[in-house]
Amino acid sequence: MQTTTMTDAMRPPVPAEPGAGVYSNKLGMWVFLASDVMFFTALIGSYIVLRFGMGSAWARPGAVLNVPLTGLNTFLLICSSVSMVKAYAAIADGKKYFLRKVPGKTLQDGGLKFWLLVTIICGAGFVGVQVVEYIKLVGHGFTPTGYREGSLLAEHALADPVKYGAGVAGMYGSTFFTMTGFHGFHVTCGVISMLYLYFTKVLPEKYSPQDYRGIEVIGLYWHFVDLVWIILFTIVYLI
Amino acid sequence: MRWWLPDAGSTFAGPIDALFLAILIITGIALVVVEVGLVTFVIKYRARPGRKAFYTHGSTRAEVIWTAIPAVTMVALGLISNHYWVLIKDKKSIPPNAYHVGVHGKQFEWQVTYPGPDGKLGTSDDFTVRNQLHVTVNEPVAVELSSEDVIHSLFVPEFRLKQDAVPGMHIIAWFQATKTGEFEIGCAELCGMGHYKMRARVFVHTPDDYKAWVAQQAAGGSE
Amino acid sequence: MTTVAHTPTEAHHAPMSFWRKYIFSTDHKIIGIQFLFVSLFFLLVGGLLAMQIRWQLGFPGKPLPGGGILPESMVSGGVILPEYYIQLVTMHGTFMVFFAIMPLLVGVYANFLIPLKIGTHDMAFPRINMWSFWLALLAGLIMLAGFFVPDGAPRAGWTMYAPLSARPDLSGATISQKLWSISIVVLGLSSVMGSVNYITTIINHRAPGMHWFRMPLSVWALFITAILAVLALPVLQGAAIMLLFDQTIGTHFFDPGAGGQPLLWQHLFWFFGHPEVYILILPAMGMVSDIIANGSRKPIFGYHSMVFAIIGIAFLGWIVWGHHMFMSGMNPTLGSTFMVSTLLIAVPSAIKVFNWMGTMWRGNLRFHVPMLNAIGFVSMFTIGGLSGIFMAATPVDIPLHDTQFIVAHLHYVLFGGSLFALFAAIPYWYPKMFGRMMSERIGKLHFFLTFIFYNMTFFPMHIIGMGGQMRRIYDPTIYDFLKPQQPLNVFISYSAFALFAVQFLFLFNFLWSLKRGKKAPQNPWEDNGMEWSLPNPAPHGNWDKTPNVYRGPYEFSAPEAGDKDYLPQYLKLPTDRDPVPAPLPAGGH
Repeated sequence: MQTTTMTDAMRPPVPAEPGAGVYSNKLGMWVFLASDVMFFTALIGSYIVLRFGMGSAWARPGAVLNVPLTGLNTFLLICSSVSMVKAYAAIADGKKYFLRKVPGKTLQDGGLKFWLLVTIICGAGFVGVQVVEYIKLVGHGFTPTGYREGSLLAEHALADPVKYGAGVAGMYGSTFFTMTGFHGFHVTCGVISMLYLYFTKVLPEKYSPQDYRGIEVIGLYWHFVDLVWIILFTIVYLI
Repeated sequence: MRWWLPDAGSTFAGPIDALFLAILIITGIALVVVEVGLVTFVIKYRARPGRKAFYTHGSTRAEVIWTAIPAVTMVALGLISNHYWVLIKDKKSIPPNAYHVGVHGKQFEWQVTYPGPDGKLGTSDDFTVRNQLHVTVNEPVAVELSSEDVIHSLFVPEFRLKQDAVPGMHIIAWFQATKTGEFEIGCAELCGMGHYKMRARVFVHTPDDYKAWVAQQAAGGSE
Repeated sequence: MTTVAHTPTEAHHAPMSFWRKYIFSTDHKIIGIQFLFVSLFFLLVGGLLAMQIRWQLGFPGKPLPGGGILPESMVSGGVILPEYYIQLVTMHGTFMVFFAIMPLLVGVYANFLIPLKIGTHDMAFPRINMWSFWLALLAGLIMLAGFFVPDGAPRAGWTMYAPLSARPDLSGATISQKLWSISIVVLGLSSVMGSVNYITTIINHRAPGMHWFRMPLSVWALFITAILAVLALPVLQGAAIMLLFDQTIGTHFFDPGAGGQPLLWQHLFWFFGHPEVYILILPAMGMVSDIIANGSRKPIFGYHSMVFAIIGIAFLGWIVWGHHMFMSGMNPTLGSTFMVSTLLIAVPSAIKVFNWMGTMWRGNLRFHVPMLNAIGFVSMFTIGGLSGIFMAATPVDIPLHDTQFIVAHLHYVLFGGSLFALFAAIPYWYPKMFGRMMSERIGKLHFFLTFIFYNMTFFPMHIIGMGGQMRRIYDPTIYDFLKPQQPLNVFISYSAFALFAVQFLFLFNFLWSLKRGKKAPQNPWEDNGMEWSLPNPAPHGNWDKTPNVYRGPYEFSAPEAGDKDYLPQYLKLPTDRDPVPAPLPAGGH
């Protein structure tokens, strides 16, 4: 994978002091991501403090949440990061836009249009699966305030309070939905942004190997969102 | 008209007031240096025809001096302060023979629970009184703070005593009163509409008076 | 011609409509001016709330003059009610911190000054910049709405400690408390958008020759402030969201009954809150540095130390937050560590004060209105900073925490500090903004009267605090130990009324000069900054051709200046060579 070189189009159009060595859109995205790190730090940090400050243990992994399904979803998100890299490489290398199969070329040679579409679909898929998961969880009785009275999970918790972390289900629910909810919101924003770029810039072939800033910038955001998820998945689903 | 800290009423007041005075002197000197300096410069270096400013970008020596002196002063202040901080707030500093009293803050009053004739808090002869903290002079008292609803803060100015009462937490603050009499308690953390009304009193008794008071309370005496 | 994003000042803009030019503008200067008008409005709102607070504290139980227009929920027979009083103290702090001082320092001057002072045409992301203003305005209106919704404004203090803030049943504020959280999230977005602009622009868009250590201290300060904002505001947003959820969807993040922790709120809030107060002072310090150098006709004393002091203050500012929580019940050992870091932060602040004095030393002092206010800043900020040392020493914080001593301290740094710096900065860059000068005569009168009444108002608060008057107390006279101090409360209130009245001089000067001020010469202060190479007011796009920078920002009275006692950064002397820019696009300028 090549590193970005500052092409002419990426440099400020007017004379300037040597700056960060990266063009402004990218620098701006890095700064924004720093702020987003702090936002998730507040949520995740609070979760850690609250969870380990509680008297009793939380529900065992897998008792309430569907770890295998979410594991698959995690894999989907990681795949979307890979396809994002391929999309970026496609345009940076000047490897064309094509979407349809071209004789003599394999899928690996797919262009920006193909790989970005894959990313969008995987991203949307992730959100879709998460929405379905939420609906199922709420149906079973798992809410931001704990196990709903009379629900399936409430019954389970009565029968096996240790496995279901009965005493602390409220905080479990609160932190779960807040953290994954805001992450899902970030993924959704990413998907919408990619769709916007797809229709306004990618399909009309406005990007070129000389100027693909939007792709790189949204790619950075996307990788960030993926990284946050890997952390969340580990601490929320696996531990 | 009061111009200073309240009259000392506990063993903490001595060190705290001394530290306050020390800081006042140190900061006072710094303040005089700065303000007199500014006034002097304003007069001495005002623009007049024919004058030119002295072109310099600074002096490393000056920087070192005016960095080192404040730094050393702050470190010294920190060491001395920490010594007293540990003595006052550290759990291990609570005298083992301290008389334990429970103070439960709620909107908008202080409920004080006494250990009763057996001297032990948490037994059946405990009794609770509203808005009155009765203690014995020259004996350490450990206040076990709790809160019913929101954060309150037990504040007795003369004792230099202040500790937040946080719902869900059990916090111990201790003191030793040095003179008998009546002192006021205020709440030092905004707790709602009646925050200003969380006024209570501390009664510091001689040992005999205190025993008498406890006996009277245990016998169902009025508040 | 290369295919590039946008070019600066070309007349590729067809003549813009009034709306595009002045309302939905992406020009950093217009955005700065928009922030200025809106923030001055909120400053006035904050001041009006303060007047009511001072009325109640000075004359508890007496009907508020004009109180008749307020509803029954706030006053009874004209007398301020306790539930209204705590709304007043809460919203005074909230409006002043979030909607007056922060936007005045950052929203106005980061936007207005940065591109001008580094020699570029606009911010890196002009449209995001425009959004930053409109979101800030929206946030302010949402917050203001709190007074007009059922049950009135939030009332848990500007610090919104939980559980009081999380439990409408305990505080009494229902809808407005939720509006608070929403307003804060929106404001945080505005702040982050602005900061992304400020940081990117300063790093990547400095004109050729504007090396890092040739940037004026105002720009350095705004740069470091933006980094603080970008990292601190999101933490508050997270906390505000958790608070909102506690109030709306039944979570219990801060409710101990269900495993929540009230102290968690305090840690989150102050982890944001302490960097926030440095956001509120650093730009002020930066601008004061520029103005004192100008007024002294001398380079800033110790420029590099000043830069490192700004960085030091910002860095240390992240590890002192617990000093707001010494009495909170947190582990006393943690208190010890926070005491150490807090005492240390006095050092870079002291360095700055001595360097300002060093700048004035052997200068040729000109006492224009900005210089007067800048000197006032140094003298008042010193008091505010020194008073902080009392609280930093943890045992001494015991009697002082949550008393009027803290209120005195914070007003000395925020009013004596930040606001005096604004009284210096506003007339200083007014010509660049509006093409006219504010009146020197009214400005001088305003300065002297403000200085006097300000100290009369806030200095005695130290004494009342020492005496033990708690914060946010509706009626101090019900306490025997406070009754003897009530004469001081009365004195403070009268001084405050006078102080407030005097501010109308400033307001009048500001508004009247817009149309009737003396037309400004191009460089009225004989200053060295890049902005003074432009006409007044500065035009859209700033320079046609990117300027070159030939020297540092404070070359007053330099020998090369010859007869003059200033030497602008943009002035090319025969001995100067043009700076070499970073590689340009092929076919570029």
